[in-house]
Amino acid sequence: MLKIEHIDVAYGQVKTLFDVSLTVGAGEILCLLGRNGAGKTTTLKSIMGQLPLSAGKITLDGETLSDLPPHEIPKRGVGYIPQGRRLFPELSVSENIEIGLMARKQGRDTREWVLDLFPRLRERLKQQAGTLSGGEQQMLATARALCLRPKVLMLDEPTEGLQPSMIVLIRDVITKMRAEGIAIILVEQRVDAVLSIADRVAFIENGKSVETTDAASLRADPAKLKRYLGV
Amino acid sequence: MEFGPHLMLASLEGAVIASILALTAMGLSIVFGVMRVVNVAHGEFFMLGAVIAWWVASHVGGHAAFGFLAALIIAPLFVGAMAAGVDRLILKRIEYDPDRTIVGTIGVLYIIQQTTLMTFGPDARPVEAPFNTRLALPWFEWGENGFAMFWPWGLSTTSYKLFVIVAAAVILLALWMLITRTKLGLIMRATQQDSETAQAFGVPVGRVYSWVFGLGAGLAAIGAVLVVPIQQAHYLMGHDPLLLSFIVVIIGGLGSLPGTVIAAFLIGMSDGIISVFFSPTLAKIFATLLVAMVLVFRPQGLMGRRAP
Repeated sequence: MLKIEHIDVAYGQVKTLFDVSLTVGAGEILCLLGRNGAGKTTTLKSIMGQLPLSAGKITLDGETLSDLPPHEIPKRGVGYIPQGRRLFPELSVSENIEIGLMARKQGRDTREWVLDLFPRLRERLKQQAGTLSGGEQQMLATARALCLRPKVLMLDEPTEGLQPSMIVLIRDVITKMRAEGIAIILVEQRVDAVLSIADRVAFIENGKSVETTDAASLRADPAKLKRYLGV
Repeated sequence: MEFGPHLMLASLEGAVIASILALTAMGLSIVFGVMRVVNVAHGEFFMLGAVIAWWVASHVGGHAAFGFLAALIIAPLFVGAMAAGVDRLILKRIEYDPDRTIVGTIGVLYIIQQTTLMTFGPDARPVEAPFNTRLALPWFEWGENGFAMFWPWGLSTTSYKLFVIVAAAVILLALWMLITRTKLGLIMRATQQDSETAQAFGVPVGRVYSWVFGLGAGLAAIGAVLVVPIQQAHYLMGHDPLLLSFIVVIIGGLGSLPGTVIAAFLIGMSDGIISVFFSPTLAKIFATLLVAMVLVFRPQGLMGRRAP
């Protein structure tokens, strides 16, 4: 479904990704693993068009995303939950959701759907997003991305800094979305969290995608974890 | 004239100045708030609004009101479109870099100013007000016969000046509704808070910037069209509005709309009153002193938030 083919990316003069290739299919969770600064977030940002590709291409269902202007990419059905959540802090919960709905002209039923997934948000619709607790902010960031009714959902360290009950909740939502047939790309630091949920795992090292394996075989033989992550 | 009536007259003049200033400063404030661009050419967009108002009014026949009304529509649209062009052609190319946008807009300032000098010329030209009835104002006093109302000689305003105040209030209210109640306003506010994330949710940030820059310049142009029946159009008339707008925006708090209105009122009124009783120069000195005080004691401005 989403195909990343041999992309090179540079921040100004500094090349950060070299020949990265990944694919993720509908109803599948692909996990990106790698050390800090390996290029996981950069990969997600390149998919969103926030960083220009100097080579390669990214396609979604055959359509080339990397030729589109950045604001058109979410409209093709790519929902993004950035690292640090990046809510609009001075907008209300309701307005943050509204921004998500506008992207693909979704209506009331989608709004109800995400609010049913996160009932806590329904109680706080008028509250400023910046004043929510960390867990609630993550819920809102997730809800906002789901408002696109995405085909592809990308989460960048969604459980960072959350308490265990929140982590469970976020993980439940992720598996629920997989069951709905959404293709999911998950960037996560905590290996145990990854192994229990991922279908496939892609290792990124020094800006290169070095290997993609089944999560099941990784669970059976964790030697690769040691090699790429040192854990 | 006694002190009381005199003060009333001065306050009315101040209110007119404040109304125009609120519109102009609001344009500057929105542009800075959303785009983080310090638009040094803002005063020239104001001047251009006045000059176009003169041009339109002098080409439309019939009653003065037709020309004025046409100017009130055409001038802001033209100036706004031109500003959007400046955004596409210049600001976008320099990637909204804070330093380079200042230098870039200084360049725009001189291009607009000198082009106007070469085409419009160095003369000051008036635009006829659509209506300009003199309205005598009453004053109340406790005299020998108790409470009495009388009409002091010289205490008057014109219907047009009252219209300016009302028109500015209506436009500001409409702007407030646009920003807080509409989808367009929501998109503007989202872009202001985090443009990268807004883009990741389908907001065409580049287009929003062009619209906002056009809107900011258009507001200055509306202010200029309103002022030009009182104060003539001239190619150097952009200096004071620019300086005062900066003063207002700094005092009010960069990017805060309510703060901008309050500060415009404060500066406009004090400018009007001090100019009448003392001198316009003293009014400017006072305004600049106020800025200095605000920068020392409340650097985020009256309504601004401290950077986290």
